[in-house]
Amino acid sequence: MELLNNLALGFGTALTLQNLLYAFGGAVLGTLIGVLPGLGPVATIAMLLPSIYALDATPALIMLAGIYYGAQYGGSTTAILINVPGESSSVVTAIDGYQMARQGRAGAALAAAGLGSFFAGCVGTIVIAAFAPPLTELAFKFGPAEYFSLMVLGLIGAVVLASGSLVKAISMILLGLLLGQINTDVISGTPRYSFDIPELTDGINFVVIAMGVFGFGEIIANLGKPAEHREVFTKDVKGLWPTKQDFKDAWPAVVRGTGLGSILGVLPGGGALLSSFAAYTLEKKLAKDPSKFGKGAIQGVAGPESANNAGAQTSFIPMLTLGIPPNAVMALMVGAMTIKGIQPGPQVMTSNPELFWGLIASMWIGNLMLVVLNLPLIGIWIKLLTVPYRFLFPAIVVFCCIGTYTLNNNAFDVYMTAAFAVVGYLFYKLSCEPAPLLLGFILGPMMEENLRRALLLSRGDWTTFMSRPLSASLLIAAALMVVVVMLPSIKNKREEAFKEED
Amino acid sequence: MKIKSQRDFWSGLMFLVVGLGFAWGATEYNFGNSARPGPGYFPFGLGILLAVLGGVVLFKALTIESEDGDPIGAIAWRPLGIIVGAIVVFGWALPHLGMVIALPLLVVVSALAGDEFKLHEALLTAAVLTVGSWAIFVWGLNLVIPLWPTFLGS
Repeated sequence: MELLNNLALGFGTALTLQNLLYAFGGAVLGTLIGVLPGLGPVATIAMLLPSIYALDATPALIMLAGIYYGAQYGGSTTAILINVPGESSSVVTAIDGYQMARQGRAGAALAAAGLGSFFAGCVGTIVIAAFAPPLTELAFKFGPAEYFSLMVLGLIGAVVLASGSLVKAISMILLGLLLGQINTDVISGTPRYSFDIPELTDGINFVVIAMGVFGFGEIIANLGKPAEHREVFTKDVKGLWPTKQDFKDAWPAVVRGTGLGSILGVLPGGGALLSSFAAYTLEKKLAKDPSKFGKGAIQGVAGPESANNAGAQTSFIPMLTLGIPPNAVMALMVGAMTIKGIQPGPQVMTSNPELFWGLIASMWIGNLMLVVLNLPLIGIWIKLLTVPYRFLFPAIVVFCCIGTYTLNNNAFDVYMTAAFAVVGYLFYKLSCEPAPLLLGFILGPMMEENLRRALLLSRGDWTTFMSRPLSASLLIAAALMVVVVMLPSIKNKREEAFKEED
Repeated sequence: MKIKSQRDFWSGLMFLVVGLGFAWGATEYNFGNSARPGPGYFPFGLGILLAVLGGVVLFKALTIESEDGDPIGAIAWRPLGIIVGAIVVFGWALPHLGMVIALPLLVVVSALAGDEFKLHEALLTAAVLTVGSWAIFVWGLNLVIPLWPTFLGS
C-alpha cells in the first residue's frame, strides 16, 4: 500500500494552510483567465513566473497547476454563455453548449460541464498517482541516447497531433531549438550567437519568449481584429441542477470523455485541446441520434469538458516523471521547476517527494474548489464577461512588462520581449503555431547535451541511437507517427477533425 | 512564377534564411567531430535541417494550389507599433523615472492601441493598475522595482 502512504504524504503537504491558499489562488486565477477570452494559461503562467522567485517550490507549482486545470473549468462558462471559447480547449463545447443556452438550458450545460470536469479531475489525479511511479522506474534505465530519442519522440508527437501544416510545425520546433542555442556552450564554455552582448551569453530567458509571443503577440493580433459582438445569456442561468434525463444522457459521455482524455493527455503533444476534440468526435459517432449534435446535445458538452480536464491532469505525467513537457503549459512548468532549482526528471519523485505528491494531492483539492467556484458562484464570472477588452489588455501589458523587468532587474529583457512581440505577431500572420517553438526552446539545451554525451559514449557512432533497443523503439515510434499522419486517408480525417475549430 | 500561398511562401523564406544564418554562424565555432562534438556541431546540423524544411515549405507554396492564395491580410500596424513602442518606452523609463511615472505612461500609451480610446477611462485604468501593481509586486512580493525618478535622489 505504498500508493496510500504516498497519497497520505501528498495530502499532508497539500492540506497545510499555505498550500491550500495557493491552490485556491491558482484555481481562482485559472477560472478567471479561462472565462476571459483572449488570455490563456500559457501567457498567464509566463506572467507569474517572475513572482514565484519569492515563493517556495511546492506552493509555486501548486498554484501554477491550479491555473492550468482551473482554466479548463472557466473556459466552458464562456463557451456556453457567449459562444466564444474562453480557452482553446473549449472550442467544441461552444457548439452544443451555446445551443443549450439559447434553449434556456444554460444551467444544465454549465452543471454538466462542471460536474463532468470534477469527475474527470478525480480520475485524472488517481491516474497520475498510479502511473507516475512505474514510469519513473523506467526512466532511470534511460541513458543519454534514450533521452535524446525520447525528446525527438516528444517533439514530433507534440506536432503531429496538433492542427495545421506538419512541415511548418517541425520547422517551428527547429527554430525553437536554434534559439535555445544562443547561450554559452556547457561543455567548452564558448559563448554562441551572443554578438558580444553580455546579456545574451546566459541565453534568452524563456519567460521573455513566452510573454513576447503568447502575451504581446496575441494582444496585437486581438487588437488587429474588428471588435467582436458579444451576446451574453445572463438572465437565463437558473435551475443549475440538471434534470434526471440530463443525468441519464450525460453520465456515459462523462465516463467516456474521462477515459479518452486520460489516455490522450499522457501522449506527447496531448493535453486538454486534443482530448476535447477527440471526445466530441467520439460522442457524435456513438450517439443514437447524431443529428442532435450541434443543436444542444448535453453529451456534446459533458464529453469534451470531461476529456479536456482529464487530459490537462494526465499531461502532468510525462512532465513529472521524465522531465519532458508534452505541451506549452508543461514546458513552462519545467521552467518553473528550474527557476526553483529543481532539475526536472525522474529523480524529482525521490528527491522532492513532498513536492511530487503534494502537487498531485493538490490537484484533487483544487478540483473540489473549482466545482464550488464555478457552479454556485457562477454569477460572479458572468459579470466578468461584460468587462470589455479595452480594460483588459492594458492590465496584461502591465503584468507582462513588470514581469520581464523583474526577471533580472534589467531593461534588456524588456527590450527583448518587445522584439519577440513583433516575432509573435509575425508568426500569427504567417499562421505558424508558436507552441512547438517554445517546446523546442525548452528542450534544446537538454537535447544537445544528451546528443553529445551519447556520441561521446559511442565514440562518434551515430548508430548508437538505433542499436540500443529502447532508443530505437522510441525513434521508430516517432517516425511511424510522421508516416501515419502523412497517409492521405488520415490526413483528410485530421483536417476534418480540426475543421470545427474555425 | 506565381505564389500559390502567401503565408507559406513567407514562412518558408523565413525558415530558410534563419536556418542558413544559424548554420553560417555555427561555422565560427569549433565543429569537432562525431566522437567529440564541438559547440558548433549541433547548431550547424539544426540550421541546415531548418533551411531544408524551409525550402520544402517554399516549394509547396509555389506549386500546390490553395483556394484563395492564402493571403497574409492587412497588418495591424497601429496596435503593433503602439504596443511595441509602449514596451520599449517602459523599458527605458522604469529604471530612470520609476514605477510611479513609467507605469501610467505604459497604460495610457498602450490603451491608444484599442479601437475605443477614452482618456478618462485610460487614466482610471492607469491609476488602478499602478496602485494594484505596487500592492502585488512591491508590497506583497517584495520585488525590487524602482518607484520614484532617479533625479529625486531616493
